[in-house]
Amino acid sequence: MLRKTNLLLLLFSFATFALNANNPEEHSDHSDSHELNAHDEHGGKFDPVPMIMEHISDAHEIHWWGHGHDAVSWPLPVILWTNDGLVTFMSSEFHHDNEGKHLVEKGGQQFVRSHGKIYYASNELNKEGNYIALNNEGEALSKPLDFSITKSVVGMFLIMIILLLIFTAVARSYKKNGGIPKRLTGWMEPLVIFIRDDVAKPNIGDKKYAKYVPFLLTLFFFIWGLNLLGLTPIGFNVTGNIAVTMVLAVITLIVTLVSANKNYWGHIFNPPVPGALKPLMVPIEIVGVFTKPFALMIRLFANITAGHIVILSLISLIFIAQNAGGDGLAWGMSLPSMLLVLFISVLELLVAVLQAYIFTLLTALFIGMAVEEHH
Amino acid sequence: MDLVMPSVGLIFWATVSFVILLVLLRKFAWKPILTAVNAREESISKALESAEEAKKEMANLKSSNEKLLIEAREERDAMMKDAREIKAKLIEDAKTEASAQGEKMIAQAKEVIENEKKAAMAEIKSQVATLSIDIAEKVVKGNLSTDDKQKELINGLVEEVTLN
Repeated sequence: MLRKTNLLLLLFSFATFALNANNPEEHSDHSDSHELNAHDEHGGKFDPVPMIMEHISDAHEIHWWGHGHDAVSWPLPVILWTNDGLVTFMSSEFHHDNEGKHLVEKGGQQFVRSHGKIYYASNELNKEGNYIALNNEGEALSKPLDFSITKSVVGMFLIMIILLLIFTAVARSYKKNGGIPKRLTGWMEPLVIFIRDDVAKPNIGDKKYAKYVPFLLTLFFFIWGLNLLGLTPIGFNVTGNIAVTMVLAVITLIVTLVSANKNYWGHIFNPPVPGALKPLMVPIEIVGVFTKPFALMIRLFANITAGHIVILSLISLIFIAQNAGGDGLAWGMSLPSMLLVLFISVLELLVAVLQAYIFTLLTALFIGMAVEEHH
Repeated sequence: MDLVMPSVGLIFWATVSFVILLVLLRKFAWKPILTAVNAREESISKALESAEEAKKEMANLKSSNEKLLIEAREERDAMMKDAREIKAKLIEDAKTEASAQGEKMIAQAKEVIENEKKAAMAEIKSQVATLSIDIAEKVVKGNLSTDDKQKELINGLVEEVTLN
């Protein structure tokens, strides 16, 4: 049942993802219209795709409202590893520019930001009309490594702090109440026990599960917390960012490989198949080692991103209606649109916990396969 | 395609965040929480076990009590039966003794009566004999005053003897 639901969600997410992914090419001609107020500059046409893409991408500031120079946002630290070493400044120095038009000079180097990326800049405008420094072939120079504390990093820190506060409080409450779960502990303990008894124990085995419970618990609550953070109107999209899911999947892979026993490696390099099939099976098994975490990475990323895209698309319906039929139609559209958003948001609450659960469950399953004894 | 291109910075920070979170939570949250939960689960299972044991003990006690009760009841029944038997026997004995005594007394009485009767009879006999002799003396004195009468008597006697 669960697997079916997941499969459906996955298909659903890929469908929406594919639909939306086609559009950026079409609109790349006027890609500078990615601001929400783009329709003012482009003959009253509202284009949902750049807006959605901007909302699900990482950013160097936490944007609250407004556009261009009127935008209200919290600046975040920009940390760059450049050819000349480390350079840091606040993202407010870009003055809300995101199109490569505002030069920032630091440590004898110049930078511009375009579409959320920071480039080396030159003093002269290039033929695209921005300051991105180009090489002889007309391509942008390789970018400085961007270790900025971006919106997603802030989201992760936020969840880190929240989880630490919650669970250290829970840990303390046991001492205080003599082992009786009360209040917050009463809410959190069933979740912890669920991960221990229904995820770790059955998949890893009664003898070896204990070692992995802290990892699985951290994984579950980290993903769930970030998924829920993504549903707040602030619009963090951390678990919908491929870098984050990649890190989690790679950690799962490392944990699996480190804990793998002889039996596991035997299955890969000497699979129990007739001799003639071995040359065929060994590469398949080796690929299988990597496809499992790869699927984890894609599943979480696609599900969460898809949820965000669906919600943003439904909100866009109001503005699309405004394009098509003026303010009256926009007002008329707002109620059905909000009802749909509400429905999808509730669904996303389920997806948030479901995806965290699936990621944790599959991780436990992979670890279980790696530590399984010969039978 | 930016969407599916992981950025270096975020990879770095995600790794750092997750690892720090894992280390901190493990030390300050998961270990104490799981220890507390395990300790509680153990104490619960121990409490349940001891409760089960107490229950068994109670059942044992109850059954032994019942056994005692049954034994006591049996003993009482046996004692009652014995008492009843003894009573019956006593009554029986008393009856036989009484009847024997009675018979004995009756026999003695009969003997005494018999003796008295015999003595009385003997006295009566002697009395009668004396009287008869007296009467006979007087009769004989009167009748045998003449010879005829003597003859008559002898004849009479002779007749009687012949008749006999």
